[in-house]
Amino acid sequence: MKLHTFKIGGVHPLEYKITAESPVQKAELPEKAIFPLNQHIGALAKPVVKKGDQVKVGSLLAEAGGFVSAPIYSSVSGTVVEIGKSIDATGYLQPSIIVQVEGDEWDPGIDRSEQLEKLSDHPEYTAEVIASRIRKAGVTGMGGASFPTTVKLSPPPGTKAECIILNGVECEPYITSDYRLMMEHPDELLVGLDLLMKAAKVEKGYIGIEENKPEAIRLLTEKTAGDPRVEIVPLAMKYPQGGEKQLVDAVINRQIPAPPALPVHVGAIVQNVGTAVAVYQAVMKNRPLIERLVTVSGKRITHPGNFQVRLGTPFSQLIKACGGLPDGDNKVLAGGPMMGKAVVSLDVPVCKGTNAVTVLSGSDARRKTPQPCIRCGKCVSACPMGLEPYLLATLSAFKQYDRLEAEEVTSCISCGSCQYTCPAHRPILDNILQGKSVVMGKIKARSKAKKPATKTTGPSSVIS
Amino acid sequence: MYGVIIALIPAIIVSLVYFGVGSAVVLSTSVASCVFFEWAISKYILKVNPSLSDGSAIVTGLLLAMNLPSNLPVWIILIGALVAIGIGKMTFGGLGNNPFNPALVGRCFLLVSFPVQMTVWPVAGQLTSYLDAQTGATPLALMKHAIKAGDPSILQQLPSATQMLLGTNPNLGLGSIGEVCAAALILGLIYMLWKKIITWHIPITIIATVFVFSGLLHLANPVYADPLSVILSGGLMLGAIFMATDYVTSPMTYKGQIIYGVAIGFLTVVIRDWGSYPEGMSFAILIMNAFTPLINHYVKPRRYGEQLNS
Repeated sequence: MKLHTFKIGGVHPLEYKITAESPVQKAELPEKAIFPLNQHIGALAKPVVKKGDQVKVGSLLAEAGGFVSAPIYSSVSGTVVEIGKSIDATGYLQPSIIVQVEGDEWDPGIDRSEQLEKLSDHPEYTAEVIASRIRKAGVTGMGGASFPTTVKLSPPPGTKAECIILNGVECEPYITSDYRLMMEHPDELLVGLDLLMKAAKVEKGYIGIEENKPEAIRLLTEKTAGDPRVEIVPLAMKYPQGGEKQLVDAVINRQIPAPPALPVHVGAIVQNVGTAVAVYQAVMKNRPLIERLVTVSGKRITHPGNFQVRLGTPFSQLIKACGGLPDGDNKVLAGGPMMGKAVVSLDVPVCKGTNAVTVLSGSDARRKTPQPCIRCGKCVSACPMGLEPYLLATLSAFKQYDRLEAEEVTSCISCGSCQYTCPAHRPILDNILQGKSVVMGKIKARSKAKKPATKTTGPSSVIS
Repeated sequence: MYGVIIALIPAIIVSLVYFGVGSAVVLSTSVASCVFFEWAISKYILKVNPSLSDGSAIVTGLLLAMNLPSNLPVWIILIGALVAIGIGKMTFGGLGNNPFNPALVGRCFLLVSFPVQMTVWPVAGQLTSYLDAQTGATPLALMKHAIKAGDPSILQQLPSATQMLLGTNPNLGLGSIGEVCAAALILGLIYMLWKKIITWHIPITIIATVFVFSGLLHLANPVYADPLSVILSGGLMLGAIFMATDYVTSPMTYKGQIIYGVAIGFLTVVIRDWGSYPEGMSFAILIMNAFTPLINHYVKPRRYGEQLNS
């Protein structure tokens, strides 16, 4: 059988899926849980608690700050000790709520039973009910971008959703949290897909999975054998297939026009498999988004594994549970080695979008010395958006922002294929991202000057 | 860069077998002087750390030697190396910044400055001779002669295609060190394609264009040699496989590379058949090097989302 994949560019990094066969373990409760208020795309959440308040697992800490925003719930029980600032994965201080953990008392409204609820048993869950429950539970994209899920389910006027595509690609090296989720919670996942399809009023669902996860493909194909509406799509391995645009291309053979167009412009709504399970928990179990799966891995980590982690747990605790940092130089990434951000402190907490903590050690932690660009064109052939990374990097370095915009820098999805493939070890993506952020700022300023009404931006790209 | 050196090994071995000591002298002089000039210019004129480890000076030296006759005096080779590295490369700031292929800059400088020494070609099998080697006309000179005289019978003296493929032309000058055996160069091409050092776009479009264009001319008028002889003779394989594919001076996109390849093939035939030199490959490549920035500016890769949807 010919496997589908995306058409333009792509690279083949080594997999290092060390933790693929490690069943998910429950991480210990943290001493202090940290909840940054901007752990989703869009407006900051607004705190509804104050210092000294007692909270339970599932208590609302902060409400959504706008349409594109999401509420934040406490993942622990204890006392709110601070509404201040803490460092997050971006390296900046962010407004946060900090809870001192005492015991583990859950909000009684949450159904903690393992009993599987099916959508067919609940005809009362209409599209509107499902969407409002997802929104209320603070569910955001679990693949890494943390775009509020309900916003994706309400397509802009003039567009019509035709299918839901679940992203089970997990093309980043090291990360295995989505794989474990598919293996351990396939039923919840499929009910979650049912709910998403009903909420988006579509009759077709796809689950895209790369061929390096044959067990997941087999399991989900078996489970969906009786359901003609759902199709499991095995995909040839290629990075960044988990990118939303690449996945749509691979699965339904359509390409999304340049930004600000969204996948729904070609009829697709893309959600991570983790999001489907979170949707199931939110709708069927009344459980807000307070936990997620995180892969903690690295070649020299002694006990790497997959963990079910309460949001707000600091990285340091997860790394300790895996045997601590190896001796020598280490670089700790929030995410995988291709797109993950190196964190400046191990106090950074697990947020809604943290799918992995990757530790690069020794020579992997160091950048190689850049050599001159010899215009070999490898970055051009690798770019999955059909851009010219060498040119964008040079234009960014020389601050040629108008030209940079004309060369479509805003289409860059930050996948890092260019930097990965560069034989001269040039920091191509670093340069492009700097230039891109300036160009995005200029575009925003322009559209603000044109019409004062605030416009919602599309989901930023992420690859899981 | 070291991949390119490995790909050149078959052609180097063949040249040593055919030209013996002459080839050894030219190759070693060219490589050593290119490396020396790169080091000296970096250190004493540009005052930067010489970066010889990238191997680019070795490649330039090898490719320059490949484009020279095996009986060329050492002092001319030194001038060629100085022009290639000094003017062709370091004036523009070194590796990655030169608009023209440095080895070809050196070669063409020598060709117009020392036209006599640069256009006599030893016949094969004189392994111990260097400057005193017997020379002879090359297949390209015969082709030119046939066109000028308007006499297709001259072409009967051409060696067979197999002889040209293997470089066993009897009683004829063989040509530059690196261009004598198309088979060895094709072996290098296969290696570079296999190792993904280059893609097929540039070499294949050049060879195909030359084949088609010279084939049409041959059909129209038999004074033009048959296309198989044309693609197997002279520096065409060497240029198409090793010179035109230089990363720095060729276009970035596949579309651009095809335009570049077609134009080089076309210009090569035009210069060979109607120009004053028997070989046009080097000039064609240099001319298209000049167009590379323009091609890069106007020819963009296919953007995601551009080709909309079934």
